[in-house]
Amino acid sequence: MSAFRVEVRVMPRASLLDPQGQAVQHALHALGFAEVGDVRVGKHLVLRVDAPSRDDAAARARAMCDRLLANPVTEDYQLQVEAA
Amino acid sequence: MRRVAVVVFPGSNCDADTLDAARAAGADAYYVWHKDGDLRQADVVVLPGGFSYGDYLRSGAIARFSPVLSAVTAHARAGGPVLGICNGFQILCEAGLLPGALMRNARLRFLSRPVRVRVETTDTPFTHLYTFAEELVLPVAHGDGRFVADERTTAELEAEGRVVWRYIGENPNGSTRDIAGVCSAARNVVGIMPHPERRNAPALGGTDGARVFLSMEAAHATQHTGGVRAGGGHHPGV
Repeated sequence: MSAFRVEVRVMPRASLLDPQGQAVQHALHALGFAEVGDVRVGKHLVLRVDAPSRDDAAARARAMCDRLLANPVTEDYQLQVEAA
Repeated sequence: MRRVAVVVFPGSNCDADTLDAARAAGADAYYVWHKDGDLRQADVVVLPGGFSYGDYLRSGAIARFSPVLSAVTAHARAGGPVLGICNGFQILCEAGLLPGALMRNARLRFLSRPVRVRVETTDTPFTHLYTFAEELVLPVAHGDGRFVADERTTAELEAEGRVVWRYIGENPNGSTRDIAGVCSAARNVVGIMPHPERRNAPALGGTDGARVFLSMEAAHATQHTGGVRAGGGHHPGV
């Protein structure tokens, strides 16, 4: 068993309204950052996972995303796995 | 008198009102703690409003894995009526017992006020005492009430008459097609964002929500119960 650091990025699906992202965009514009276009707000999770290999850690992390960490109706996720 | 299990999660806060509303309708209502796997021969299960697990991760995402949900799922699959109100609706979506998901309100604000909804189908265990297209005033109290589903699912809900309530006049949260509540394909699982239990007596400002509980308590002659039913339209739990 080795320890892996798994980073999960969960984002609202591009086709869905992201009111948090819009509010942040408006605030940035109000602060004078006129160059800011689309803003979307997601979640970043960092997990320590014990697994026999990097592939196993990634497979387990995908299962975690599919079951709990991301909602397949509204969100997409990306994983990054590194030795801890 | 039907046995009604009101499930209590850590963070539920409409459980007492829901229990009272069910009892006022004549039901034998009782609490079931979310860690119990036993619904104690419930005829009906209600998941009340609140903020289970502090809405951490997503509203309903963690409550959905509470031990009681296995029993609720089995009850639903056997055709038993299940009602999810507000957070209960979110939990039922997360559990896959209802389609779609409830996302942050379009204008971000937490909303706590009466809204107008129209009854879009009376063919559910919780709406059969209403009349079709009846307009109701019910309070909402939510931050994550924007119902979303992909186009195929939404088209299916419309075609099968599974939109149970729709906001009228104004859509408070930006939900797809003004949807305020939906039901499952077998019609026995129903979710609603507004709070019928907060409008079941004149002292609460109106009685528009009372028939949700009276419908539940009364036998529903045309009830679809997912194929598991006794002959003659008689529900096995009645």
